Amino acid sequence: MKTPLTSGPQKVELEYADLLQRSSAYRTRLQDLQSEEMVLNMGPQHPSTHGVLRLELVTDGELVMDVVPHIGYLHRCFEKHAESLPFPQIIPYTDRLDYMASMNNNLAFVMTVEKMLGMKGKIPKRIEYIRVLVAELNRIASHLVAIGTFGLDIGAVTPFLWCFRDREHILKLMEWICGARMLYNYIWVGGLFYDLPMGFEAQCEAFVKYFKPKVAELNRLLTENSIFVQRTANIGVLPRDLAISYGCSGPVLRGSGLKMDLRRVDGYGVYPEIDFEVCIGKGEMGALGDCWDRYKVRVDEIEQSLKIISQCLEKLTKEHKRTAEFDPRGLCPPKVRPKAGEYYGRAENPKGELGFFIVADGRSDIPQRCKVRGPSFSNLQVVPAISRGVLIADLIAILGSMDFVLGEVDR
Amino acid sequence: MKTLTSHEIEEILRSRLPENSLLDVQHELPQPSFTLQAEALVEACTFLRDDSRTYFDFLNCLSGIDSGPESNRLGVVYHLSSIPHGHRIVLKVWTSRDGKNPIPSVAQIWRTAEWHEREAFDLVGIPFSGHPDLRRILMPDDWEGHPLRKDYENPESYHGIQIQY
Repeated sequence: MKTPLTSGPQKVELEYADLLQRSSAYRTRLQDLQSEEMVLNMGPQHPSTHGVLRLELVTDGELVMDVVPHIGYLHRCFEKHAESLPFPQIIPYTDRLDYMASMNNNLAFVMTVEKMLGMKGKIPKRIEYIRVLVAELNRIASHLVAIGTFGLDIGAVTPFLWCFRDREHILKLMEWICGARMLYNYIWVGGLFYDLPMGFEAQCEAFVKYFKPKVAELNRLLTENSIFVQRTANIGVLPRDLAISYGCSGPVLRGSGLKMDLRRVDGYGVYPEIDFEVCIGKGEMGALGDCWDRYKVRVDEIEQSLKIISQCLEKLTKEHKRTAEFDPRGLCPPKVRPKAGEYYGRAENPKGELGFFIVADGRSDIPQRCKVRGPSFSNLQVVPAISRGVLIADLIAILGSMDFVLGEVDR
Repeated sequence: MKTLTSHEIEEILRSRLPENSLLDVQHELPQPSFTLQAEALVEACTFLRDDSRTYFDFLNCLSGIDSGPESNRLGVVYHLSSIPHGHRIVLKVWTSRDGKNPIPSVAQIWRTAEWHEREAFDLVGIPFSGHPDLRRILMPDDWEGHPLRKDYENPESYHGIQIQY
């Protein structure tokens, strides 16, 4: 409180009284405002909704009383298309589900089809290691977008630029592997499109070396930033039982403190041979399961992914070296025709559990039904449940911490 | 924490449910499946979730299926898993294609079913009874028909806009 220019205790008291009166009048006015609910549309072109999501907000002053998400603006009929395409031709369509992590989508779909064909366990180790390598590279790229845009949503511009600068290095590596920056179509049923290009392992190693200090830098800039912590700690607390009931998975579920990672639980691919930790939220800055915890899980997962990449590179340069007779398409079946039956295959995507439920009739090489269980679909569904009574600005933080991709929600 | 086999789960379920409500049981790996009567679905799901031996707390996926006009049936497939125990099971329920026999909703048991059931209703046209908010979710509200039905015919126009295929 500034010392008043006109001195004397009486004057100060008067000023205080005046201030109190005015503030109580202000409070009354605020209450008048609060008595009326207003419906506000957020989206579909709002930048912080991360795509074309429309939220119908019932607001009361600055408070959010209810949220009704309206989705479907990006519906591209994936499941309908899949019912008229042979299995290998569906792979490019899976790229476009979660377009931030196309390699992981490819991997999940291909693993499901391979399981239906009875090819599980017959894939050469070199192919398996390359698959895990590219999936983890893509996981880092996806998490970098999540972290960068989360910071941007709540006012931190620099981390966004840093994250996209480093993501660019990964996209360049990916482009070198398969010719595309974001939509790869690289992992095929029974193999890969190409082997790794010559000299890729060294470049990837150089990237890991370059990127490790950058993560520490990012932590200093954003993770422990007190403004960032104030905006995210204790906001959007998602209790564990609610997360499970709503089918949340991935960093959202782990942020609530549950050690649930399909790479460990199912142990698909070569993940059982790889040493890494499952990162969970610990409630370090506030309540367990708040926005900060979900954010921290992603930052920690980047470090674990780097660890996995280093181990894959070691295996690929020593044990499972590139040889002249190695053919990445050698096992690709000329016609993919699974036996009649149905199978639900799942894999851990950067956003959570991506599942494909495929029904085959055994007569054709086209699936009868191909249902996608997108992790973002379930993760987005929980937003209304944890957003009632928060401020509008905090709703932006909650949306950012969920890290959904509308390409996968709407399919 | 004990991972149950599908035979053990079947035994537990049979001891609890009324006679004949378990229509078909497939024990083939990798994914054993139980076909249930629609009337017994909610009871079975509540029991499977709450019993400490089964404890299916996670609904992975809920899919609507259309088997085509010849077989005249629509199905809903539930993929359940138990996070602490680690076992998984598939439940199936069938109904007729005319929409006269709705399938009871499980949205009160697993909240994630709310949107998944809306999607099954929207794309396959499966009616659910007891659902809190059964609206279309992916298609526009005024869309006609259910696109994932096997006998669905693509519309020629939408709001006067000609669609060329």
